[in-house]
Amino acid sequence: MKENDFIVQVRNVSKIYRRGEEEVHALREISLNVTRGEYVSIMGPSGSGKSTLFNMIGGLDTPTSGSVLIDGFRLSELSPSQLAWVRCHRIGFVFQSFNLIPTMTALENVAIARIFAGVPPAQARRDAAETLERVGLGHRLHHLPSQVSGGQQQRIAIARAIVNKPSIILADEPTGNLDLHTGEEIINLIGEMKATLGITIITATHDMKMLSASDVVFWIKDGQLERSARKGEIKIEIGTIDGKTLA
Amino acid sequence: MDEPSLSPSSREIPDQYPIPWSVAFQVSWAGVRRRIFRSAITMLGVVLAIALLTYMLITESVTDALVALNLDDLNLLLQKAGVDIFSASRVDSMTILLIVLSLITCLVGIINAMLMSVTERIREIGTLKCLGALDSFIVKSYFIESSLQGFLGTLLGMIIGLVVAILIATIHYGRYPLAHFPWGDALSALGIAALIGILLSIVASIAPAYWAARKEPVEAMRVEE
Repeated sequence: MKENDFIVQVRNVSKIYRRGEEEVHALREISLNVTRGEYVSIMGPSGSGKSTLFNMIGGLDTPTSGSVLIDGFRLSELSPSQLAWVRCHRIGFVFQSFNLIPTMTALENVAIARIFAGVPPAQARRDAAETLERVGLGHRLHHLPSQVSGGQQQRIAIARAIVNKPSIILADEPTGNLDLHTGEEIINLIGEMKATLGITIITATHDMKMLSASDVVFWIKDGQLERSARKGEIKIEIGTIDGKTLA
Repeated sequence: MDEPSLSPSSREIPDQYPIPWSVAFQVSWAGVRRRIFRSAITMLGVVLAIALLTYMLITESVTDALVALNLDDLNLLLQKAGVDIFSASRVDSMTILLIVLSLITCLVGIINAMLMSVTERIREIGTLKCLGALDSFIVKSYFIESSLQGFLGTLLGMIIGLVVAILIATIHYGRYPLAHFPWGDALSALGIAALIGILLSIVASIAPAYWAARKEPVEAMRVEE
């Protein structure tokens, strides 16, 4: 496989936090590659370093050592303004708690991401309406986030994440605040974005439903890559996944 | 061939597009309008301080104008209202102290309310940064928001102060204040009030705006317990 096929490369990344006297090793020399156009799930219990790894890939946190490359660009070499550009154009963020701006309508929430990309407001609103239509919310353009359901809020967030046509969607526990059925719909929608737009999906999750949609699963434990598996290699049996008992 | 090079240099990544003031204004204005109750409370401090200042200044110029008329029945009314018609200037140090104190209280009030609203919106700021907002956009939008509240508060305060001053003068002196209204002096009094109000709101908005911009985007990821 060529270097070029990897959209995200994590190379020997360590992260050490200082908490008073003691050092906390959130990540220990972790390395992994994400192939362009794949649906990747990062699994791991809370405290495993999953979120830290996630923040590194989004350029929200910097490694103590090692490097993260997005599309071949070393994030640590970018200026704050270039980093903002990467976040705006290359990465679409989806959060567990949706993180919509409560004072903005669905349309404005999506349009603001477009405005940050330098698109004039009128055009941004047209693009936003089109994208909301695409996620099935064409009839909710002028509703505030508080006036729609959780699943619909996450749909708005997904519209906001894809409106700038990014190469990656970074979704941190996107189904964490949703019920079973709605969670499944959101997973399907994210999978659809991969299929129709060719966007690479990276999710952090401990939702087993996510596994069936994934092409690759990475298990993180104690700041290290415990194992990875491709689709088909994961044995799913009742009550256990790949020999692991469900908690 | 449009194939990306194997080792791209960081120079190929452009700088992020800076949001112009006009767009930042639209965004902030929508925010102020939708949070109108919250904004009104922040504004109230400015309204009261500027209303008091305007009232004092207008009353001052109206009384001066009436004293200058030197009419017997009016002088009687003035003395009844407690005005010393023989002293040249009525601005005493207690009045100045009162005004200065009220302005300082107002300044502290706006800063406090704005810092609160930054704290409430840490996640929102983090989210905007994840979407590609630059620090300068955050500074602009908070600066615009508190300035807007300051300007509106100042305007409202001036109107209230002016109306109350005229009403009270009319109650005391009947038709005289409006018939001999000191337009020039009143206008400069309003000018002073506007200047102080705008200065106050700009000074009060600088700190919260910079404090807001320093928030890290990683804050957006944190899950509320």
